[in-house]
Amino acid sequence: MTVTATTTDPQPGYKWVGTRPVRHDGLDKVTGRARYGADLNLPGMLIGAVLRSPHAHARILSIDTSAAEAMEGVRAVVTGADFPMLESGGEGSGEEYYDPLDLCRNVMARDKVLYEGHALAAVAATSRREALAALAAIEVDYEVLPHVLDVSEAMAPDAPILHEDLITEGVEPVPTTPSNVASRYVIDRGDIEKGFAEADVIVEREFVTQPVHQGYIEPHAVVADVGEDGKATVFCSSQGHFMVRAHTAELLGWEPSRVKVIPAEIGGGFGGKTTVYVEPVATRLSQKAGRPVKIVMTRDEVFRATGPTSGCKIRLKVGATRDGRLTAVSGSMAYQAGAFKGSPVSLGCMCAFAPYTIENVFLEGFDVVVNMPKVTAYRAPGAPMASFASETLLDEIAERVGMDPLEFRLHNAAEEGVRSVYGPIHKRIGFRETVEAVRDHPHYSIELGPNQGRGVASGFWFNFGGSSSATVHINEDGTASVLTGSPDIGGSRASMALMAAEELGIDVYDVTPIVSDTESVGYTDVTGGSRVTHATGLAVIDACRKVVADLRARAAMVWDVDVDEVEWVDGRAQHVSGDRAPMTTRDLAADAAGTGGPITASAAVNARGAGAAFSTQVCDVEVDPETGYVKILRYTTAQDAGRAIHPSYVEGQMQGGVAQGIGWALNEEYIFDADGTMENPGFLDYRMPVASDLPMIDTVIVEVPNPGHPYGVRGVGEVGIVPPMAAVANAIHDATGLRLSELPMSPVKVLEAIGANGG
Amino acid sequence: MSRKHVTCTINGDPAEFLCEEDQSLLDALRDVVGLMGVKEGCATGDCGACSVILDGRLNCSCLVLAPEAEGATIVTVEGMAGPDGLHPLQETFLEGAALQCGICTPGFLVAGKALLDRNPDPTEEEVRYAVAGNLCRCTGYDKIVRSILDAAARMGEAAPAS
Repeated sequence: MTVTATTTDPQPGYKWVGTRPVRHDGLDKVTGRARYGADLNLPGMLIGAVLRSPHAHARILSIDTSAAEAMEGVRAVVTGADFPMLESGGEGSGEEYYDPLDLCRNVMARDKVLYEGHALAAVAATSRREALAALAAIEVDYEVLPHVLDVSEAMAPDAPILHEDLITEGVEPVPTTPSNVASRYVIDRGDIEKGFAEADVIVEREFVTQPVHQGYIEPHAVVADVGEDGKATVFCSSQGHFMVRAHTAELLGWEPSRVKVIPAEIGGGFGGKTTVYVEPVATRLSQKAGRPVKIVMTRDEVFRATGPTSGCKIRLKVGATRDGRLTAVSGSMAYQAGAFKGSPVSLGCMCAFAPYTIENVFLEGFDVVVNMPKVTAYRAPGAPMASFASETLLDEIAERVGMDPLEFRLHNAAEEGVRSVYGPIHKRIGFRETVEAVRDHPHYSIELGPNQGRGVASGFWFNFGGSSSATVHINEDGTASVLTGSPDIGGSRASMALMAAEELGIDVYDVTPIVSDTESVGYTDVTGGSRVTHATGLAVIDACRKVVADLRARAAMVWDVDVDEVEWVDGRAQHVSGDRAPMTTRDLAADAAGTGGPITASAAVNARGAGAAFSTQVCDVEVDPETGYVKILRYTTAQDAGRAIHPSYVEGQMQGGVAQGIGWALNEEYIFDADGTMENPGFLDYRMPVASDLPMIDTVIVEVPNPGHPYGVRGVGEVGIVPPMAAVANAIHDATGLRLSELPMSPVKVLEAIGANGG
Repeated sequence: MSRKHVTCTINGDPAEFLCEEDQSLLDALRDVVGLMGVKEGCATGDCGACSVILDGRLNCSCLVLAPEAEGATIVTVEGMAGPDGLHPLQETFLEGAALQCGICTPGFLVAGKALLDRNPDPTEEEVRYAVAGNLCRCTGYDKIVRSILDAAARMGEAAPAS
């Protein structure tokens, strides 16, 4: 194995944490038993289908569903009129931000369609064939309006306006006329004029990126069944079934308790399944038809109506002294929000320079609505594009001052106790250690051949905490069931089982981790923000500690001693004197009825203390000067995991983030025609990396424990996608001398750049 | 529309089903036969999640019409484990953490089996090209490729010396 692990903690002292058991849900997933969103069929079930706008921007003058309703096999038809119009509201810009009014208009258009693919009606019929025929029979009269996709064009004074009531927030004086700029966000620290005056070297560039999709392989899918009592059971895959419950109920004008959501296995999400699309629609159709309704999106619908993340225009200026100290950064970032406000531009501003200590910073971000699907969270939302820009400029400035790019990063590395670029004081962080890990890795000194180049880049992600619940049951045989509300998107059951085994002192295979439905465990936020191992893990640890306290008390009762005389060691109650035979979990469970009844405990947290994540990566490429094709030769990523609970799945997150980033760097983009229609809504033309495009992706797990978690856990899911675009761009520069500033760096763009350079 | 009666062999068992004339084999396997391990990611032959071995060849079942399966022999992920336990690929995928969300896993296992059935000792590059028709968005393919190579080695050790 080339995989290595480093640790800064000389005495981990754990029995289970850090081991690599086979995941508990693995057998079901290698035998085809696991049930994903589309894998449920119910008796009498109808098939739903959604009518979507063929126009990027149009007023809906009328919708006539009468012909569709009269067709054979059609059991229900819904339009926007079947859903209540919600009040605007909501706050924040995180992964769970939403405005109820925008959400209800995104799920089913009202007066206007705002992107090609925008839902405006749906039918449920006895077969898909009949459902599609009924969609074709719905008559919609549109007044087609001019559309806008490019952020700069959308910000221009004469741009087509998407929302007549959208007034820019965050500017003074408050504008009196609507625009497509939903908000302006500013980071303003220190004195940039002074900072640039101190600089010996200043670099400034503009960067352009295109919208990209999360690209999960499982399309959105739901089966909704509204019973005669008016209550709904919803089976679907999502990143949070409590989120689905809340949104579905809200969009139908119901209380949340009227909806029960049963989590299917989730076939990938990457942030894209942190909201609802077809779930409320299927539920309303089921209510109207009195039958279960299944809706499964096609891949075409997934591209046209869900995700993506923003394309953007970024202009940045960076100054440094000739001895390599960063003195100032300034610039602006404009991100596409899609049809409704809420791009991750503020997160981009916060993350771009977060690995470094810089005293003088002025960054402004613009959240810009355009006629494409409302953007959804995508792995470290906002950070990858901003870091593509910042890390490319840092590479350039390191070159200008004649420093190795890793030494330059170490020279400016953010440290514990120093104020971060985005505000808070850094706690114990492991950025420096990730840079050192790459510097010391054999990869960094392998000799390169002709047309080959090496690039490095770093990245930051906050990591989130949030609300999580857990319940632990000790079964009659001494095994444990661990119930949480966090969908398992990439091995979290195994992590929960490992932490429970560690706390309880029992074998990891004697723990059964379960993802429970919305009526069987307490409220839990979405699986997002790299929060599950940290926050849901804290709830599991807390519940297990309550169970252990209970087990000690029961042993004390049996022995008729004070509970303080009972220790819990390696899964057994021991008397401090050592003169009583220890009692195992199994012994105590067998006699539970005699000591107070079943052994169970629950815990809930609103977790804080999520330790920040950093990643540093090195990439080797070979550029074909004839075709512009960029081949990834080698890739190594070092990331601070705080403490790797299950190292294999930590590595998996690191490798997966890199692969998505390489796709973003080299191939992936939404391509629209002149009418605003997406031209590549399929995996053939939206080209994600396949196995033959990539080398092995070597991983170095750095472990600088997070002081906010008992084992030191930091989230690992997202930061890995932040550095790759700049790492690849910097490697292309090393190979060719060219500074590319537009994504994707496709063969066409690389060839153009070579040509423009006289190559 | 009248339905077609199809007789074939699925995972070693004789099977019969009724399907629409224009129904894909993918839809028939899932919704008629009930083999939900065969996944749909795109229905256009681009993602490989619906991979099956049809008369010894790897196919996207979304690109095959169900009536074309008349007389055919079909292997899906549900047919990979036998009375002696898991197929070596299933074992190495579990041990090597080659799945994260798991939606693409059935397709990769079937594609891996199709490869090892004809080439029991593939190189890394041969593995990468053999599964290049299967999309995985979670893993970056590293652990998948390693697990297929590990399975080949395990099967080679288990095979009687020739």
